[in-house]
Amino acid sequence: MTMIQDRPMAASANRETMTMATAVNRALGDAMADDDTVLVFGEDVGALGGVFRVTDGLTARFGERRCFDTPLAEAGIMGMAVGMAMNGMRPVVEMQFDAFAYPAFEQVVSHVAKMGNRTRGRVRMPIVIRIPYGGGIGGVEHHCDSSESYYVHTPGLLVVAPATPQDAYSLLRSAIRSPDPVVFLEPKKLYWAKGEVDTSLEVPIGAAHVIRAGTDATLIAYGTSVPIALAAADAAEEEGRSLQVVDLRSLTPYDDATVDAAVRSTGRAVVIAEAPGFASVSSEIAARVSERCFSWLEAPVRRVTGFDIPFAPPKLERYYLPDVDRVLDAVDTLNWDA
Amino acid sequence: MTDFLPRDTPVQLVDTTGAFSADPVYPTPAPDALVDGYRSLVIGRRVNDQCNALVRQGRLAVYPSSHGQEACQVAAVRVLDADDWLFPTYRDTVAVMLKGVAPAEATLMLKGDWHGGYDPHVHNVAPQATPLATQLLHAVGFAHAAVLKGESTVVLAMCGDGATSEGDFHEALNFAAVFHLPVVFFVQNNGFAISVPLSRQTAAESLAHKAIGYGMPGERVDGNDLAALLSVLGAAVDRARSGGGPTLVEAHTYRMQAHTNADDDTRYRDGSEVRAWADRDPLLRLRTHLRREGLLTEESEASFTEAADSIAATLRDALNTDAQLDPDDLFRFVYATRTPQLEEQSALLDGELRRTGQEAQA
Ligand SMILES: Cc1ncc(C[n+]2csc(CCOP(=O)(O)OP(=O)(O)O)c2C)c(N)n1
Repeated sequence: MTMIQDRPMAASANRETMTMATAVNRALGDAMADDDTVLVFGEDVGALGGVFRVTDGLTARFGERRCFDTPLAEAGIMGMAVGMAMNGMRPVVEMQFDAFAYPAFEQVVSHVAKMGNRTRGRVRMPIVIRIPYGGGIGGVEHHCDSSESYYVHTPGLLVVAPATPQDAYSLLRSAIRSPDPVVFLEPKKLYWAKGEVDTSLEVPIGAAHVIRAGTDATLIAYGTSVPIALAAADAAEEEGRSLQVVDLRSLTPYDDATVDAAVRSTGRAVVIAEAPGFASVSSEIAARVSERCFSWLEAPVRRVTGFDIPFAPPKLERYYLPDVDRVLDAVDTLNWDA
Repeated sequence: MTDFLPRDTPVQLVDTTGAFSADPVYPTPAPDALVDGYRSLVIGRRVNDQCNALVRQGRLAVYPSSHGQEACQVAAVRVLDADDWLFPTYRDTVAVMLKGVAPAEATLMLKGDWHGGYDPHVHNVAPQATPLATQLLHAVGFAHAAVLKGESTVVLAMCGDGATSEGDFHEALNFAAVFHLPVVFFVQNNGFAISVPLSRQTAAESLAHKAIGYGMPGERVDGNDLAALLSVLGAAVDRARSGGGPTLVEAHTYRMQAHTNADDDTRYRDGSEVRAWADRDPLLRLRTHLRREGLLTEESEASFTEAADSIAATLRDALNTDAQLDPDDLFRFVYATRTPQLEEQSALLDGELRRTGQEAQA
């Protein structure tokens, strides 16, 4: 996988500033317009337009046949998606919140993920499972989980976590085109952050990229942790330290080449993730970087993650969430006297 | 089997004009039960109003209101003995308080201080469940354990119409029927699951009809008629206690307000429907009935308002106070014994707080 180059800055008819929620909505609409086997269904995605308004207007535009509310049952939604995919459709299902996807877990793990392998490639599962995920929104229990590690640990699933409106748009288009099932994790706390989107830009699944140049250490982030990494790099710069930031964008497949090249160029790495750190995506990244970049490393790879506890209640959330200070503390330990 | 069938129309004792008619099967609640029940309705309505206000003032993170469903909230609790257990949802805060949980404890989760605010074993109220229908299986397990222990506990488990579509709902009914357990499943059919109307949840004639397939009786009741609710739920509790097994009761009611403060119900329903249901208000109707029967005096009404005022004041006091929260609580209860890793993480947080001078305010 190659590094995504900076986009050409020429003005384009396809460029527009929008929130991530709008970018996802736009990607759904464009995909539905291009391919009438693309169906959107889930809880409250129809008349309401989703609790985050991400499916707003799709039923009005494409009709009840293409975008519809189901009975309230996540296992039912996911199982129905499997059958629809077997019969020529490309379902894009919404799980209303991270923790409410758990009733669907059996269908995801036992069928969505395994059908292609079971049938020796004869039955593929072109399903996208959209999941608003993560905290930082002051949400109560079950509304703030970072559940990516469960999915990443399940062979057969592709897992994507965009951090910008552009990546949300382009990766969702790629996900809907993918013959393999994609768990598409949308960071809730970034839904209303705006950015420029070029709808003609393609971003393949599996491509990380360097989003901030730096020479002293590499911060590796994805989804909810990307803005933290960028803020930490800004703060470090004031202290005279130059931090590079890699946005993974895709967790499966994982872009070893881009991450390795980045880490080798600085010799130091910190992985940042909101999810509990034990046996997690961040563990895997740290292990891979340690194995593959050992001779380049000046210090052990550090991880800054959520604690190994259930997500904190709203009033204690700030103690749980990785923040700039915690990242800079970790950077400080990277053996600078070596 | 045919006696498992629910009525064609919901059981009703007091109609929307406040007129009473006796039912051939279900007993008429005693007058003082209705007067006491009315007092709880007044309190329940006031709790809803106060919590809505506290959300607007930023003192509660969220509040799923049961405005319009207070008769269900009151009846669910009043049919239980003190030793019986309630398994409520996020919308059942009024029921939780009426079962004896202090207002400050009942709203602590919604305030955001912790994931739950009360000790379930003090007033026999399970934690309010957010993952839909999951608590119904817990209720079944609780009842099963009670039977194994030789106790006469009855368990009343609540859920909404939307939750009846979840697999856990069906598994819970089946388990309860197979093991012949003392559980009352109480569905508050308020017409909506957030934006999704009942017609998208079921093609059955009613939700109560689902009982038959599991081998238990189902009944439908007017969910805005406290008298009918007390009678129908009371009969189900009696059946459970006397070894008659589980019952499914569906109350027909209406969610008068948005799903929560975060919801905009104008996107999916017509205001005229809401206004029509206002005429069937559970308080209005019972008040008319009681006054007509001479059971409600000016003085008793004044005393009910006073009781409601006092609970509202307690709520305001509790929620307008910022509790001294100890961040180390985050690590304290995850396991009975902290793991070495949690010890480490707790020390890390403690070190950060010391450095920045904001160590545990507790
Ligand atoms: C397993 C699960 N899926 C989705 C949700 C999100 N959610 C919360 S309340 C709700 C609607 C529930 O409707 P209903 O059961 O009718 O109860 P009501 O809210 O009307 O009281 C939904 C979809 C959830 N809490 N749990």
